[in-house]
Amino acid sequence: MSTQETFLPDLDGQVPSARGYFGEFGGKFVPEALVAAIDQVAEEYEKAKSDPEFAAQLNDLLVNYTGRPSALTEVKRFAEHAGGARVFLKREDLNHTGSHKINNVLGQALLTKRMGKTRVIAETGAGQHGVATATACALLDLECVVYMGEVDTQRQALNVARMRMLGADVVPVASGSRTLKDAINEAFRDWVANVDNTHYLLGTVAGPHPFPVMVRDFHRVIGVEARRQIQERTGRLPDAVVACVGGGSNAIGLFHAFIPDAGVRLVGLEAGGHGVDSGEHAATLTAGEPGVLHGSRSYVLQDEDGQIVEPYSISAGLDYPGIGPEHSWLKDSGRAEYRAVTDADAMEALRLLSRTEGIIPAIESAHALAGALELGKELGPDGLMVVNLSGRGDKDMDTAARYFGLYNGSQEGK
Amino acid sequence: MSVRDLSSVLAAAKAENRAALVGYLPAGFPTIGDGVRAVTAMIEGGCDIVEIGLPHSDPVLDGPVIQTADDIALRQGVRIADVLRTVKEVTAAGAPVLVMTYWNPVDRYGVERFAAELAAAGGAGAILPDLPVEEADLWRGAADKYGLATVFVVAPSNRDERLAKITAAGTGFVYAASLMGVTGTRRSVGAQAEDLVRRTRATTDLPVCVGLGVSNAEQAAEVAGFADGVIVGSAFVKRLLDAEDVETGLAGVRELAGELAKGVRSRA
Repeated sequence: MSTQETFLPDLDGQVPSARGYFGEFGGKFVPEALVAAIDQVAEEYEKAKSDPEFAAQLNDLLVNYTGRPSALTEVKRFAEHAGGARVFLKREDLNHTGSHKINNVLGQALLTKRMGKTRVIAETGAGQHGVATATACALLDLECVVYMGEVDTQRQALNVARMRMLGADVVPVASGSRTLKDAINEAFRDWVANVDNTHYLLGTVAGPHPFPVMVRDFHRVIGVEARRQIQERTGRLPDAVVACVGGGSNAIGLFHAFIPDAGVRLVGLEAGGHGVDSGEHAATLTAGEPGVLHGSRSYVLQDEDGQIVEPYSISAGLDYPGIGPEHSWLKDSGRAEYRAVTDADAMEALRLLSRTEGIIPAIESAHALAGALELGKELGPDGLMVVNLSGRGDKDMDTAARYFGLYNGSQEGK
Repeated sequence: MSVRDLSSVLAAAKAENRAALVGYLPAGFPTIGDGVRAVTAMIEGGCDIVEIGLPHSDPVLDGPVIQTADDIALRQGVRIADVLRTVKEVTAAGAPVLVMTYWNPVDRYGVERFAAELAAAGGAGAILPDLPVEEADLWRGAADKYGLATVFVVAPSNRDERLAKITAAGTGFVYAASLMGVTGTRRSVGAQAEDLVRRTRATTDLPVCVGLGVSNAEQAAEVAGFADGVIVGSAFVKRLLDAEDVETGLAGVRELAGELAKGVRSRA
């Protein structure tokens, strides 16, 4: 049955180039100690991509374990606040573990087994990638260590407990800004020292080649499904597909299948924090400059000496000063557009979706929802959008409760 | 100074049947002025060559000791211009000076501009450990134009074929990482180092210097037994970090350089 073909690598793609470049972005800026391991990942992924047995294993997990295909839900009451445009949510929040992250994790965990490695390390911001990784490692009997910024272990305490329940070792990272960027730094340090038995299961479409293309391929299913579902439901392609962007994995997953559809706008929403003008934000494509961070060339938040600027967002998953190279390429080519959403607007959208549809989104995904509210007003009542609901909001209840004052009996949520 | 001075210092050490001693400290640590004094103390204590670290916000190849030093330097606002000024001031002490840093600061500052200003400051070259050969054309072009060395790092995980590709692109010397890991002091320097030096030598006539993990005279002597140079970084940084005051720290740096200089002269 065709709907069960869920692993859909882009076998015809013209990008990236052999050296991993999307235009001028991408590449492989890594120490020699990691070159052999990264080459092994690239070779193994090339083999796996065209191996029917790998596809069968992954498809079985994606269908029977994750629960794919994920639903496409029309949200009519929410849409009344979006200029009357029709809004459909791609429900990645309904995947096992509660976000899109599991798509990539299962693929890379199977790859880890193929490479004969026994230990997996991962970084996590909001904890969704960490939870997904801990889950796959429990399932496939792999040792799992997750690096997480100390700030994030506090604001996402529930996910820390989930990872530990699943048997993972969660290591709080106290260096730098103590958020996602620093967790990635620490994961790279671990990898350099333990590369013989360890795979770095990178959770986003950044990092050195082949990670941006491999992680993209594992998430491509989101857009392929959404493209089919929206046509079945409405008889046409949407005017826009909308997703939040931190490192960019859920966004590229949704966007990729729509890239050839010139009439479909690809709209990414970055974390605007306290506003881009305030300097306290994580809006890399809006306010960054090209540079090299974590192994590839892409837009980066940096100063004029090339020092990385510490980002800020209420959302731990978007609080990152870099971005996957394919997004930088899509931005510069004009194919995709990126906007910033403030903390306040994202939280308002979180409350609105909860109150109008009975769906509590992750704060990350709430940025996409806020973007959709604005975009819907631009499109008008004839507009049609697919918004990626990349994760569910359970993990964010503490942040939301404090933000809205729910712990002290406030009915602010109303 | 230039790549030629670097080569002649290494050749002179070889002629004395000893390994060269290469010391590392980040610029701007503990302060810009005292950083200059610390590097000068390293040279006066016995370092033949020095590497000045250009502190980076995200030092993914450095362990906690150098991370801490980089943090201190950056929090005080050290800029690339200060690093270049440090290079210029320490050249007076007579040793070739290399800058070691990550690629993004150089890329952002401007590759040609950085090479030109480093050469003008009297620098001998650069070590850019996250810039692999495949991405290095732009830098190598600029380095050649300004007479600067490009020192590539090789790792125990490199296969022979790749070692040949890397050493063919490098100048000055080859930096052999003694082990798989980040910077920091280690109790012992593994057998991997000797094997890597042997395999590297089979691909090049460039001197091969070994770094990562070396912190005392005994280890320096051991490494000097099979390498052309011994590179020490974190142990110098630690002397400054652990000292009660700057003067004690500087004395500690000078003393350590003296001990290591003896080590590289007593090949095991």
